[in-house]
Amino acid sequence: MFDLTGKVALVTGATGGIGAAIATALHAQGAKVAITGRREAELAALAETLGDRVLVAPADLADPAAPAALVETVEAGLGPLEILVNNAGFTRDMLALRMGDADWNAVLEVDLTAPFRLARAALRGMMKRRAGRIISIASIVGVTGNAGQANYAAAKAGLIGMSKSLAQEVATRGVTVNVVAPGFVKTAMTDALPEAARTALLTRIPTQRMGAPEDVAAAVTYLASTEAGWVTGQTIHVNGGMAMI
Amino acid sequence: MSDTADKVKKIVVEHLGVEESKVTTEASFIDDLGADSLDTVELVMAFEEAFGVEIPDDAAEKITTVKDAIDYIEKQKSA
Repeated sequence: MFDLTGKVALVTGATGGIGAAIATALHAQGAKVAITGRREAELAALAETLGDRVLVAPADLADPAAPAALVETVEAGLGPLEILVNNAGFTRDMLALRMGDADWNAVLEVDLTAPFRLARAALRGMMKRRAGRIISIASIVGVTGNAGQANYAAAKAGLIGMSKSLAQEVATRGVTVNVVAPGFVKTAMTDALPEAARTALLTRIPTQRMGAPEDVAAAVTYLASTEAGWVTGQTIHVNGGMAMI
Repeated sequence: MSDTADKVKKIVVEHLGVEESKVTTEASFIDDLGADSLDTVELVMAFEEAFGVEIPDDAAEKITTVKDAIDYIEKQKSA
């Protein structure tokens, strides 16, 4: 089940905890994996861990031209792109009263607009080949909201709306578009939370543990598989039961 | 028949999976050949690729028949 042998995948934000776990999981199923991010040394280290069937393609997704160029690089290096994982994202948390336009725009640009540009660039080939998987990593806060994260929550909610729309546009072409929405996963992003905040969070998670990046990667692997061909426009919530939607 | 017309018809046959005999010059992609809106976008993309021309959105909207496509491409090529 869920064999991805020979399929080409692109994982953005592969320098982060969840991105690296996704790249590793897809690779373990046999995919050829292109990893991208801004930090070249970390990409190189991940590539070394993975071994063969890997392409390191550093890119800064804040650059409007980067997504199209990235898809071109991946297809030239590994072959036709079949699995796009929009995982890259960052936060710039503050209460809305203090949130400047630049704070809002920077998060929307990388967390929502870049995934759209990547999907648009990848779709052309996917539609032609009648095969494709676009999976975007959103967040529980895109559905529940979170004080201090108006920009991030808006971007993540945007990914869900975008994916549902794209899913309807390309469903007849063998391309599925889905979302995985993680809850609180142990990564550098959540390590930055104060200890008290983390403890308080745990009381709200029925499984009473934070997620591991691999929990998210498993859901992505499923959606990337041939077996998930009838699942499209959906959001899989991977959150230990913190929100049941 | 011009080379352009031949090539356009061939692309339409391939993309829409219709009988060659149905792809007349006057045929409308949507009304006669069963294309949906996504098919027409794909056709325009295929024309762009095959002929090395760029078809902006406002022009693409007006290309609804085989003849529209042939005329537009020939005009671009002679421009």
